[in-house]
Amino acid sequence: MRLDRVLYVDLSRRSFHVENRPDLFEEYLGGVGVAIRLLAEECPPNTDPLGPDNPIIFSVGPLTGLFPMASKTIAMFKSPLTGNLGESHAGGRTASAIRMAGYGAIVIRGSSETPVYLAIHGDKVYFRDASGLWGVENSYTVGRVIRELEKGAGFRTIMRIGSAGEKMVSYASVVVETYRHFGRLGLGAVFGSKKLKAIVISGKYSIKIRDVGYYRNVYDEIFNLAVKSLLMKKYHDIGTSSNVLPLNELKALPSFNLKETSLENAENISGENLAQKYLGRRIACSHCPVACIHLATLREPYEDEPYFYKTTMIPYDYEPLYALGSMLGVTDPVEWLKLMDEVEIQGLDAISTGVTLAWATEAYERGIITSNETLGIELKWGDSNSYREAIRKIVHQPNEFYSALARGVEYAASKYGGLDFALSFGGNEMPGYHTGPAAYLTFSTGSRHSHLDSAGYSIDEEDAKTGVNRTPKEIAEILFREESWRQILSSLVLCFFARGIYTPEIVVKTLRVIGLDTTEESLRKTGVEILKNKYLFKIREGFKPDLLRIPRRILEKESPLGILNESFIREGIMEFFKMLQ
Amino acid sequence: MVKRLTVLDTEKCVGCQLCMFACSRRFGEGGFAKSAIHVKSIGGVERGFAVVVCRACPSPPCMKVCITDALTLRKGGGVILNSSKCIGCGRCVEACPFGAIFWDDEANKPNICVHCGYCVNYCHYGVIKLKE
Repeated sequence: MRLDRVLYVDLSRRSFHVENRPDLFEEYLGGVGVAIRLLAEECPPNTDPLGPDNPIIFSVGPLTGLFPMASKTIAMFKSPLTGNLGESHAGGRTASAIRMAGYGAIVIRGSSETPVYLAIHGDKVYFRDASGLWGVENSYTVGRVIRELEKGAGFRTIMRIGSAGEKMVSYASVVVETYRHFGRLGLGAVFGSKKLKAIVISGKYSIKIRDVGYYRNVYDEIFNLAVKSLLMKKYHDIGTSSNVLPLNELKALPSFNLKETSLENAENISGENLAQKYLGRRIACSHCPVACIHLATLREPYEDEPYFYKTTMIPYDYEPLYALGSMLGVTDPVEWLKLMDEVEIQGLDAISTGVTLAWATEAYERGIITSNETLGIELKWGDSNSYREAIRKIVHQPNEFYSALARGVEYAASKYGGLDFALSFGGNEMPGYHTGPAAYLTFSTGSRHSHLDSAGYSIDEEDAKTGVNRTPKEIAEILFREESWRQILSSLVLCFFARGIYTPEIVVKTLRVIGLDTTEESLRKTGVEILKNKYLFKIREGFKPDLLRIPRRILEKESPLGILNESFIREGIMEFFKMLQ
Repeated sequence: MVKRLTVLDTEKCVGCQLCMFACSRRFGEGGFAKSAIHVKSIGGVERGFAVVVCRACPSPPCMKVCITDALTLRKGGGVILNSSKCIGCGRCVEACPFGAIFWDDEANKPNICVHCGYCVNYCHYGVIKLKE
């Protein structure tokens, strides 16, 4: 089945049609390259992110279904959190399901008056009534119900929102296959604004290859690198949570809203400890032999009923361990798991939730807010019960204060004060790396304001080891080159964890298998162009690099590369944007 | 002795579906259209996975219901499909108690495991194996 088929679904009219868009897929491969063009086409300037005109775009790539780890789906939309470019990637079975259903991209327009969920089975699209599912508190339950209602077990993805999405919390997530997420930038709220509770997609179309022998050879080369080399070992063994201890050791683990850079008892919430005491199952995204998804088993007794236990499987990764663990001072692994579970049940982004609560805790400590605002909840480092209660209030927004928290830390701090210690960049709550200037340059310049945009933290970590001093310009150049290349990886929807395997040389080979003759140079050029397209959208929507807010807090706390200097970071930002012109 | 594909331990299955992709790749295809092995969660991925393969019955129910004799007994159990005889009626699918006969919607013919073991090469977790 051709990749360039785009499914357009209109929720207002309950109609759909398919268009072939070779213009987009030939020039931009798939994934982000295609999605940003579709977003620019579909999203009128200054659209309300929670209005019917905000489109949702999903896209996959030419390697999906053919090669291991081409398993991400790109979602693009206007973000209700930042009011600008919304881009989020999820794995699970999303990518293979969309491709096998016969599509390279799906565009969702309009808004439904009553709750619906979409069932896309190959060529057929059904608008199912979701009135009964609307208001179901627990996002797990929604998945369970739809699993029974719809066909395609093993060939399908089920994307759904929890209460947070329904209530349009700006950083609500979309949960897929129970433990993966379109986590960042609030896709869940956009679903909620459209009364779209879930989307199930299934299909089993084939993808034909001409040179079968060559295909199998390239496949085996990649497969062997994935399972036999050391490239994926970190993700395979302990998983991303193996970052906790080294970052703590380096004093780069933001803790207590970055009042500290390391944590006593960090080993309690380390990947090593979780693996030893709680790891219950490992699972994988479709077409990935690495199985980096780690699920902890939490066994809790019922207090009122002897010999009754509740056993829950809860996912863990580095970023949630930082945001809901070190940032909030929650170092008891059981308490952390319970907090994580609440975030999953409500369908929230873990990073934004943790960073927002960390600000609120410090604001409470300083008396900027009081129990009048918190409705009697005493926000206290390490007190996971209070945090769980606060999370439910953020979702249901019983007063102005919780409504403000539901719009993210930047909004809340603008309203109540305390911007100096509100840790967000470009409106997005920051990830867990106080490693040095390059990390913060990534958060500032990255088109998603995510650590994954250009991985500045890894430059810092290297420089901390080698003692190399770089100028802002040098850092900006590395980040620009890296983010541009990552546009190619995410246009091919390759998991960034596999970036060590999918070198330019290997990427060129995989593209030859599908009949696309190209070179590293040409791909890198396309990567730059895609990045520019993303920034065209961002600037159209009001992004101003010179007005980027740098929270004072990050300049006060020593990093592994010393105290950070604001003018150094500002210079790096300007150097980066010069390259975009 | 003729070998057959067997499932050793589904608890080790991570649900990556590389076996399913491998099965279709035998025909030089991407995707699952031609796959004769299936992995699905057993009521949510947290509970683990079912790995559905042909168990090479010595007296295969699928063969017994085939009205065109397109399925003949394979040495060592299971069946061999003669595609040119198959009319795509789908009775074999219904007859298999394990649900181990899959359907190629594009060809409108069943996908039947030939116990070649190609998928085994891509199972990194030792879930499946060719056994005598």
